[in-house]
Amino acid sequence: MDVASDLKKTPLHDLNVSLGARMVPFAGYEMPVQFPAGVLKEHLHTRAAAGLFDVSHMGQVIVRARSGDNADAARALESLVPVDVVGLAEGRQRYALFTAEDGGILDDLMIANRGDHFFVVVNAACKDADLAHMQARIGDSCEVTMLADRALIALQGPRAEAVLAELWGDIAGMRFMDVRACDLHDADCIVSRSGYTGEDGFEISIPADRAETVCRHLLDHPDVMPIGLGARDSLRLEAGLCLYGNDIDTTTTPVEAALEWAIQKVRRTGGDRAGGFPGAGAILGQFASGTARRRVGLKVDGKAPVRPPARLYSDADGKVEIGHVTSGGFGPSVEAPVAMGYVPVALAAPGTPLFAEVRGKYLPVTVAALPFVPNTFKR
Amino acid sequence: MLKFTAEHEWLKVDGDVATVGITTHAAEQLGDLVFVELPEVGASFDKGGDAATVESVKAASDVYCPLDGEVVEVNQAIVDDPSLVNSDPQGAGWFFKLKLKNKADVEGLLDEAAYKELVG
Repeated sequence: MDVASDLKKTPLHDLNVSLGARMVPFAGYEMPVQFPAGVLKEHLHTRAAAGLFDVSHMGQVIVRARSGDNADAARALESLVPVDVVGLAEGRQRYALFTAEDGGILDDLMIANRGDHFFVVVNAACKDADLAHMQARIGDSCEVTMLADRALIALQGPRAEAVLAELWGDIAGMRFMDVRACDLHDADCIVSRSGYTGEDGFEISIPADRAETVCRHLLDHPDVMPIGLGARDSLRLEAGLCLYGNDIDTTTTPVEAALEWAIQKVRRTGGDRAGGFPGAGAILGQFASGTARRRVGLKVDGKAPVRPPARLYSDADGKVEIGHVTSGGFGPSVEAPVAMGYVPVALAAPGTPLFAEVRGKYLPVTVAALPFVPNTFKR
Repeated sequence: MLKFTAEHEWLKVDGDVATVGITTHAAEQLGDLVFVELPEVGASFDKGGDAATVESVKAASDVYCPLDGEVVEVNQAIVDDPSLVNSDPQGAGWFFKLKLKNKADVEGLLDEAAYKELVG
C-alpha cells in the first residue's frame, strides 16, 4: 500500500527531498521532520544563526469585506476571536484564538491587517474546519478565501534579519509583528516579523511557483540551514509557545492556557468592545473568578525526558494525581528536559515541586516560568 | 561472532556472554539520542523484554533483550553521553553484556548478510 500517495505535498517538497529531508506524514502533508544535520544541530543552529522552515502546510486565508470597508472585516473577525482586531493598525499582525461557545479553543492563528483585507494564518490540521467556520459565521459580510497557490516559509534566528536584508533592504525597519508586502527575487511576497521559535525572525508567504527559487537563494547563504518539524517543535517548546492539539484544544480555555495576554483589555469586561465572541460568558467569567487549573512550564530535575500524556502527581508515590503533561521533550538550548502541562492553580506557582510518571517511576519536576529561554523579538 | 535481530539489535557473542547494542541503521533512524536508561546489573530478561530505553529529541524507544539471559555489565559511558550511541553504535556505544541462558539460542539470530538484506 502506498500511504504516501494520500498525502499532499508542499511547493517545497522537491527541494526538501533534494536536501536529504526525512519526510513524514503530518496534518495530511508529507513534511520534513529533519534534515541530515539532525534535530539537535538544527535547533542549535536556529538559535545561533538562521533556520529556514517550510510551513506551507499551514492555511493562508484572505478575509475581505464585501462592503469594501476593511473596518467591516475587522468587526466580523472580532465576532470570532477575543482579540482587538478593530484596533489593529494597517501593517500589523496579532496572535488570536478561535473560541467555541463553551470557551474552548478551536484553533490559534495569526491575523494581519493588510490595509484592504486581513491575512490570516491558521494551523494545518484545523484549516478546513477554520475556513468552514469563518465562511459560516462571517461569510455574509466577508469573502473568505483559502490561498492554495502560495508557500509559507519561516526564517528564524539572530542572523535572519541580516540574511533577509541582503535580499530586501527594507527589512531592518520592520519590528516584531509588522507585516509588509515585498519583492524577493521577483516574487510578490508578504513578510511578517514573527515566528514560532522565540527567536527574532520572519514568516514569508511566497507564490508557489517562486518558492523554491527564493528558498535556494536563502539557503545559499552560509548562515542558513534547512530545519525540520522536529526542531520546530523543540524550539517552540523552549519558547513556551502552545501547540494546538497538545497544549490547547476544545477542552481548554484561553484563561486556563495562560493566554490572557492575547485578550486585550478592550475585549474584556469593562472594555469598549467587551465580549461579542464565542464563549465570551465563560471566558470573561474566568477572568473574574479564576480557573481550577492552569498551563505551566515544568523543568525536569533528572535527565529523562517527560513527554505527553505523562501524568503529574503532588507526591512522590503517585497517590495524588493532579494533572498531566501536554508537551515535553529534551530542550537542546536548555540542555535538559522541559515540558508544559496543566496543574491546579494552587500548584501553579514557579518552584512548586511535582512528580511526573515516566515508565512507572515518579520523577521530580519543578513548575517553572515560561519561556524556558528568553525570547529575542525586535520590539 | 556478530549476530543481529530484526528489532535492530546487534550481539557480539564471546563464550556464553553477548555484548548487546543497537545497529548503525537503528541509530540513524532514531537520530540524536539525548537519554539512555540501562537495566540493572543482575537483572534477568526473557527474549523480547524491555531491557533499555533510548530517547531522541522527538521520541522514546525501547531496546529489547535479544535473548533470554542475565545482565552482567552495563555501559555507563552511554548514559553519561548518549551521543556515543550515534557516533559509534556498533563499538563504544554498546549497551550491556548479557550472560545467555541458552547459548544455542544464538543460532536462531540473523547473521550480518541477512540483517543487511532486511534493512535494505
